[in-house]
Amino acid sequence: MALAHDPAFNDRTSDGAAAGASSIALDFRALSHRFSLPDRVLPVLDHITLSVAPGEFVALLGPSGCGKSTLLRLAAGLESPSAGTVTENGRPIAGPDPDRILVFQEATLFPWLTVRKNIASGLEARGLLKSHGHRIDDVLKRVRLEGFADAYPHQLSGGMAQRVAIARALVNDPKLLLLDEPFGKLDSLTRLSLQKELLQLWKASGFTALLVTHDVEEALLLADRVIVFSDRPARIVAEVAVTKAHPRRRDDADLVQLRQQLLTQLGVSADV
Amino acid sequence: MSDALTDDRDIFARTAPLSGAIWRDGLLAAASWGVAAALTYAMPDVITWGATDLFALLTAIGAAFFLAAALVVPRLSRDAATLRHYGPWFIAIGIWFALWELTTAKLGWLPKPFFSPPQGLLHVYVTDWDRLLICVAYTARLWGLGFFSGIAVGFAAGVALGWSKRFAYWGMPVLKLIGPVPASAWIPCTFFLFPTTFHASIFLVALASGIPVAILTAAGVEQVNRAYYDVARTLGANNRYLIYRIAIPASLPNVFVGLFMGLYYSFAVLVVAEMLGAKFGLGWYLQFNTAYSAYANVYAALIVMALICAGLVRLLFSLRNRLLDWQKGIL
Repeated sequence: MALAHDPAFNDRTSDGAAAGASSIALDFRALSHRFSLPDRVLPVLDHITLSVAPGEFVALLGPSGCGKSTLLRLAAGLESPSAGTVTENGRPIAGPDPDRILVFQEATLFPWLTVRKNIASGLEARGLLKSHGHRIDDVLKRVRLEGFADAYPHQLSGGMAQRVAIARALVNDPKLLLLDEPFGKLDSLTRLSLQKELLQLWKASGFTALLVTHDVEEALLLADRVIVFSDRPARIVAEVAVTKAHPRRRDDADLVQLRQQLLTQLGVSADV
Repeated sequence: MSDALTDDRDIFARTAPLSGAIWRDGLLAAASWGVAAALTYAMPDVITWGATDLFALLTAIGAAFFLAAALVVPRLSRDAATLRHYGPWFIAIGIWFALWELTTAKLGWLPKPFFSPPQGLLHVYVTDWDRLLICVAYTARLWGLGFFSGIAVGFAAGVALGWSKRFAYWGMPVLKLIGPVPASAWIPCTFFLFPTTFHASIFLVALASGIPVAILTAAGVEQVNRAYYDVARTLGANNRYLIYRIAIPASLPNVFVGLFMGLYYSFAVLVVAEMLGAKFGLGWYLQFNTAYSAYANVYAALIVMALICAGLVRLLFSLRNRLLDWQKGIL
């Protein structure tokens, strides 16, 4: 339940050395999923096999609506796959669990609760508010929203709301954070600062992170590994390891080269 | 141009202290109430109505009050904002009293027994206040029992209908079918189903208030953003939490719409409910006096009912504003 790890481990990359009890390994095996619509069957995921190491930060990159979000919902346990398996540390995922928390593109804060109560909702739902309530102030400080504890969601900007959503996840000390285009709707400056904050939170807490994005630069700045998906039904078309140490610069020559490689794999001309 | 501007400023400078010294609307209200009092006192009634002098006295007291207020309000240290806000209304009420007085008691254009001058209503309050009070108490008991049991059942049914597909499958068609049935159509059934007519009356009031609450609550729970449930489930919420902490607070704005509708319907149904062998009650009072063509009594009771209903609406509004504080700025 440690909030912060030994600083000596904070500059780790994909080796997972710091990963202990506070993160989990995630395995997708021959995973396929389809939705039954009234008039037809819509296949969204096609034979996905992917292993995520404990404490690893993996970005899932692909065209909009290709099925990446469905992959996160399966990992969160909100849905069951049509075929194949999803396991955490070798055990099949049967349902939602606060160890694996999903953060959506929309902050989806409960509008009738203040920021503090929104963050507390996970602890409250599990009856842990008394024993772990002190974590709320801690988390508020980490997302730099101490002054907004009693504000209602409609009083917050988009970036602040998304920070609350992340805080609402982190207060439960998740072992896996599933991020579904969390910065997709924010302006570019807010996005830059939140990306940096997310990276710091990940380093400090040591959770495994799975980030869905269609922003190539975001994937390269944050992730240890970038998985490229095809259009629907989604298949894995490429996998790129990013070994560059943090902090990364977006104009770094290696990253620029990787960016061009990824854009080509996504079917976009590299000189965009 | 600049000359004109300075002229304007001069005018303001000259008139500002004057209009500041007197509350103009208060003065006009005093005038309109004074006219009503004078008319009532000075002109002879076409037929005797009872409390004519008392009404003249009361309106004269009103006129004196507004005259005093017109002089005092501008000198108050704190701003009498509410009084000022309703200034035009006070003027209009005075004019209304004067016209009402003229057309009924003084000129007889609106004849007895269908119309009553203000002193006719006043006469009812003065002579029949004890019976009216008892009626208010009886109605309060019937309404309270009916309304609160109705909204409790309606709310619970609404949550169940909005939450559970199976409940909705069986419940929704039934609710839509019985929803538009007028209350009086239930009377034969209720006589058979309930041990006493009082229980039957409670049932009618409960039905009138419960059905809109059930329909609106069901719609509200059904419309809750599914993403809230997903978020709550990943945070470790069980079904109980989803219902009590997500579905209900999220649908509360809808529930309040249902409560307002239920409140109005419950008042509308009181007359019918008190047809079932009631011995007292405002609805009973209305019917009894209608039967005897005592329309002054009917109007007097209607005003009491309207005031009580308006007071309850106001209470409900303040409750809503407290519970739905989080909506401020969204709407």
